Amino acid sequence: MRKRLVLLLIISVMVFSLWGCKKKESDVLVLRIANCEEYIDEGDWDEEELIELEDGTEIIGENSLIDDFEAWYEETYGIEVRVEYSTYGTNEDLYNQLTVGSQFDLVCPSEYMIMKMMDEGMLQPFSEEFYDESSEHNYYIKGVSPYIKNVFSSLEMNGETLDKYGAGYMWGTMGIVYNPEMVSQKEVENWAMLLNDKHFKQITMKDGVRDSYFVALCILNQDLLMDKSFRSRSDYAKALAEVLNDTSQETVDKIEVILTEMKDNSYSIETDSGKSDMVTGKVVANMQWSGDAVYSLDQAEEDGVELAFSVPEEGSNIWFDGWCMLKAGIAEDQRKQHAAEAFINYVSRPDNVIRNMYYIGYTSCISGGDSDLIYLFAKYYYEAEDDVEEEVVEYPLDYFFLGRDQADAGKYVIETPVSQTRRQLFSQYPTVEVIDRCAVMGYFDKETNQRISRMWTNIRCFHF
Amino acid sequence: MKKSAWKFSAPYVLFLVLFVVLPLLVLCYYAFTNSSGQPTLSNFIGFFTNTRALSTLLYSIWIALVTTLVSLILAYPTAYVLARGHLRNGDVWLVVLVMPMWINFTLRVTALKEILSLIEGNLAFHPFLNSIIAMTYDFLPFMIMPIYTALTKLDPQLFEAASDLGATKLRTLLKIAIPLSIPGIVSGIMMVFLPAMTNYVVLDMVYNSTYIMGSLIGSYFNSYDWNNGAMISVVLLLLIFSVYSLSSKLVSDRTQKGGGR
Repeated sequence: MRKRLVLLLIISVMVFSLWGCKKKESDVLVLRIANCEEYIDEGDWDEEELIELEDGTEIIGENSLIDDFEAWYEETYGIEVRVEYSTYGTNEDLYNQLTVGSQFDLVCPSEYMIMKMMDEGMLQPFSEEFYDESSEHNYYIKGVSPYIKNVFSSLEMNGETLDKYGAGYMWGTMGIVYNPEMVSQKEVENWAMLLNDKHFKQITMKDGVRDSYFVALCILNQDLLMDKSFRSRSDYAKALAEVLNDTSQETVDKIEVILTEMKDNSYSIETDSGKSDMVTGKVVANMQWSGDAVYSLDQAEEDGVELAFSVPEEGSNIWFDGWCMLKAGIAEDQRKQHAAEAFINYVSRPDNVIRNMYYIGYTSCISGGDSDLIYLFAKYYYEAEDDVEEEVVEYPLDYFFLGRDQADAGKYVIETPVSQTRRQLFSQYPTVEVIDRCAVMGYFDKETNQRISRMWTNIRCFHF
Repeated sequence: MKKSAWKFSAPYVLFLVLFVVLPLLVLCYYAFTNSSGQPTLSNFIGFFTNTRALSTLLYSIWIALVTTLVSLILAYPTAYVLARGHLRNGDVWLVVLVMPMWINFTLRVTALKEILSLIEGNLAFHPFLNSIIAMTYDFLPFMIMPIYTALTKLDPQLFEAASDLGATKLRTLLKIAIPLSIPGIVSGIMMVFLPAMTNYVVLDMVYNSTYIMGSLIGSYFNSYDWNNGAMISVVLLLLIFSVYSLSSKLVSDRTQKGGGR
């Protein structure tokens, strides 16, 4: 008996000492990166997937971007780096993993989670060199879209701006993917179509409390949000953000009623299956993130079904995922911080941005700066061919490439078939009118989170 | 002898401690504390005083019960024919029945979803029916196998004796086969009922049902509420444990009495 105890003790000592020795001294620099699933180019493209841009640039993903980064870093800085890459499902999963002691150096959460992590002091600010536009390899700061840059520098947490800790990766909106044969364009101009019993059990909603809460807020405040005088207020953006971040108990109660009704009207409450249910025609409309909308539209096209995407008139949630460094992971190690920042720069290099955008379908926060590659990539996909039968319209993207204040510059305009203004192009790059009526949803503090989660559990898991 | 046995089981014991016992302790810690780490029973009290939460629990149990019952009704005759029906190629039939288990589970349920959609049109109109069909489809082999094994072990002479003494086939089934295969039935029930009660993947895949205990656990963990998530897990564990001990008591009582022999 005693021997057993001793053995058990030895085993546990061995196990716990394993925990202790995670810091291994060696010449190879290890960079631990955690990212969403399927959120980076993993290479291995077929030859016919080669992207040939107008200016003759050819882009293809042979190896994964991670491997390419390792090679590039060693070539550029002469230091061997090994990336330990892992993935997580949702922002909440990432946060839970970090709470139980997972160690990462660089992660890619959404803006609200970055704010939460900032609030809890988990993040390491970027170095000054990271913002130096004169440095050759600082692709991020040189290439980030002026519009996105402005958003990141205007979002604040405890008096600090988001761009101090986060570097934009992908962004998008929330909208409705619909089948134009079953649902009219007029209907999807309002979020309330999700409550319409005309489509009883033929729509899906998102199994995410934040997404659904936001949509319900738009329905709740429909009249105000559509009101002309509200829209022409000088402080419209601020007022809009306020309305769409209302989390008082009274509002939460009203939202619960709306979401219960929506759930009863829904085919399912999903995170992933909505895409395929839409393509196979089980449902006629689904609440969807813009990037997944692009995927659904592409897939349906292959099956000969034409779907479309709409961001309802009331407004929508605009979200950003960004890279940020964890204080606990970097642990003041200058070499590591340099590698982490270099990684952000590497994935922000225009050709790599295109590889990522092609591979994952979401829209990058990078517009390319001096390089026009990313604009050419949008043209490559969406510019109308000469023999197109449809009407061709101008689709300006100046707000993204030049900044919101130069939205009418007329420099970045794609001539595209009119259907694209409701389809992939519109999902990837919403119009400036759309982004103007979108708001960022801040993070819920602990008490708010509890209140809203309770409401959500009621809807999600308690029926009777 | 004892020493070497210990040596051989050491890898398993280590595995058990690391991946079962320790996580279980962590689970209990969270279930019996509040968010600031103070020991409390309020998680449990909150659950058992919330009628809507209890009805989700009842609904989960109800789905598991019906699944088990339907599986049993389908499985017993099948196993009986396989074991005692003197089928030519009986082994082949057995393989055919077990074969679905070799196919990846995700693939099977996805296919089932398509078939059901074809028949019903819209899955969301018949949530309960679909739940039962999908669960039964998934768990049926686990019911057939133990019953089949129990039946094949029976002495053929018992059946001959019964028929010699003038018992009808039905009477033989009721008086000989069923009582003697009770251990098989009970282990079949255990293998279906217990996983069916906590399973949520099948329902999630068929039509994204979230009115089930497994989903509730996920819901709590997603909102960083580990204490309530752990509490639900403990409630389920206790429930499973009591069902298990009840049924094993049932079986051991029977065997002691001689199982109708």
